Amino acid sequence: MLKVVEIDHLTIEYPDVKAIDDINFTVSQGDFLGIIGPNGAGKSTLFAAMLGLNTKYKGTIKFFGTDIRKSKNYLKEIGYVPQKPIFEKNFPATVNDVVKMGLQKESDESKIDEILQQLWIHELSERRIGELSGGQQQRVFIAKALVNNPKILILDEPVTGIDQQSIDLFYSILKELNSKQNITIIWSSHDLDAVNKLANHVACLNRTLFFHGESDDFFKNDELVKQYSEASMQEHMHHH
Amino acid sequence: MTFEIFTFSFMHRAIISGIAIAILCSVVGLFLVLRRYSLFGDAIAHSSFGGIALGLMAGIYPLWTAYGVSIVSALIMTRIKDKFNISGDASIAVLLSSGIAVGLVIIGLSGGFTLDIFSFLFGSILLVNVNDTILILSLTGVILIVILLLYRQLLYSTFNEEQAKVSGIPVEKINYLIVFMAGITVVTSIQLVGVLLISALFVIPNVTAIMYGRGFKQTAIISMSFSIFSVVTGILISYIFDITPAGTIVLFAIGIFACTMGIKSAGLLSRHH
Repeated sequence: MLKVVEIDHLTIEYPDVKAIDDINFTVSQGDFLGIIGPNGAGKSTLFAAMLGLNTKYKGTIKFFGTDIRKSKNYLKEIGYVPQKPIFEKNFPATVNDVVKMGLQKESDESKIDEILQQLWIHELSERRIGELSGGQQQRVFIAKALVNNPKILILDEPVTGIDQQSIDLFYSILKELNSKQNITIIWSSHDLDAVNKLANHVACLNRTLFFHGESDDFFKNDELVKQYSEASMQEHMHHH
Repeated sequence: MTFEIFTFSFMHRAIISGIAIAILCSVVGLFLVLRRYSLFGDAIAHSSFGGIALGLMAGIYPLWTAYGVSIVSALIMTRIKDKFNISGDASIAVLLSSGIAVGLVIIGLSGGFTLDIFSFLFGSILLVNVNDTILILSLTGVILIVILLLYRQLLYSTFNEEQAKVSGIPVEKINYLIVFMAGITVVTSIQLVGVLLISALFVIPNVTAIMYGRGFKQTAIISMSFSIFSVVTGILISYIFDITPAGTIVLFAIGIFACTMGIKSAGLLSRHH
């Protein structure tokens, strides 16, 4: 299977703490990878490095076989959905405007309608982005991420602060994108149940990589799940 | 008498230049307002005061030195802000006061305030000559073309810098471009409303338009319309009643803003269908 992402001995240090400590993993085309870990485990730090937002890391990150330090072309093949998209609440942009921002070539404008329909937000296209609910906004940002037909979709805890109904719809959309359109998905979450249901690969991150492999190998191994839960609980207590 | 003013060529020049400046300030100002950079125009204007004083002392046309000084100092300030992680409002305060301080010292050295200085502080749109008008129209044209060509990059990096970066947009370069365009716009607009009232044209029509418009282009067009209306009415009314155009223009813009807030509080303004 073609390897689309290769992370090799990645270490990211902040002045007083190692946020990521020597991790290695690969992602193959068509994988649905759930990255789990407690708050502060380094999930967002890992994504920032993978997306070229933080270049101060040791080790190598390769996308499609090329070191991302050498070329930023890989970004064209990636759709990114941030944890909570930050924008001015009264920013004068319609749903259509926001999705169009993601569009690399103006000529593909017909694609926008198609994506909006696919995500059930077609009727909202002329509404202002700030007027929509959290769940609707999140779907708009997925639409923006998908509008260039990316090969990989990266999502950073995308359901934070969203109601359960929207979360269910969101997950079914992800599943469809992965199974029908063969889009590789890299998705961070701290919802173990959701990862268990959706992902076929799991990476447990807690500064170091605690586990990486097939989803079943993790969730069917009670000892591993218990160890992971204890480790995250300790981390959780530590944070409070 | 009232219709006679439409026959004066200085009035034609004033209105044509005024409309161009209104369009320019609205569009560039919309990006600044949405980046929470509303006072940046003000800071550039104050730094241009130093440039104007320099030009008057050196015997160079003051707007040329103002262009140089404001653009260079705005770019330097942006660089310092990024490098030393100074907040946006603090960097504006530094830029603003340094421009005035330099200006005051130079004016002191060259023998005190003159009429010229006042025309730059408060604007002198009725005095623009043919060359000024051509310059104003050309700069407006060039900046609008640049904005149209880089529309997606400018809008996206204003909406969310991080996501724009991930989409491969050179966000830092775009930021410097916006600062550069703001510098040119401010100095060009000095002739209309003067150093002291520039930020009014950058900010007031835009905060008003944001309450009406849904999409970005619609908001920009509404803002331009309010701005053009304020400028043209302000110039005409101020001439008829022999008052200062700059103050009148800004008061019209504030009037539209106040009416909009009134309409909004009365619940008459809703974007839902």
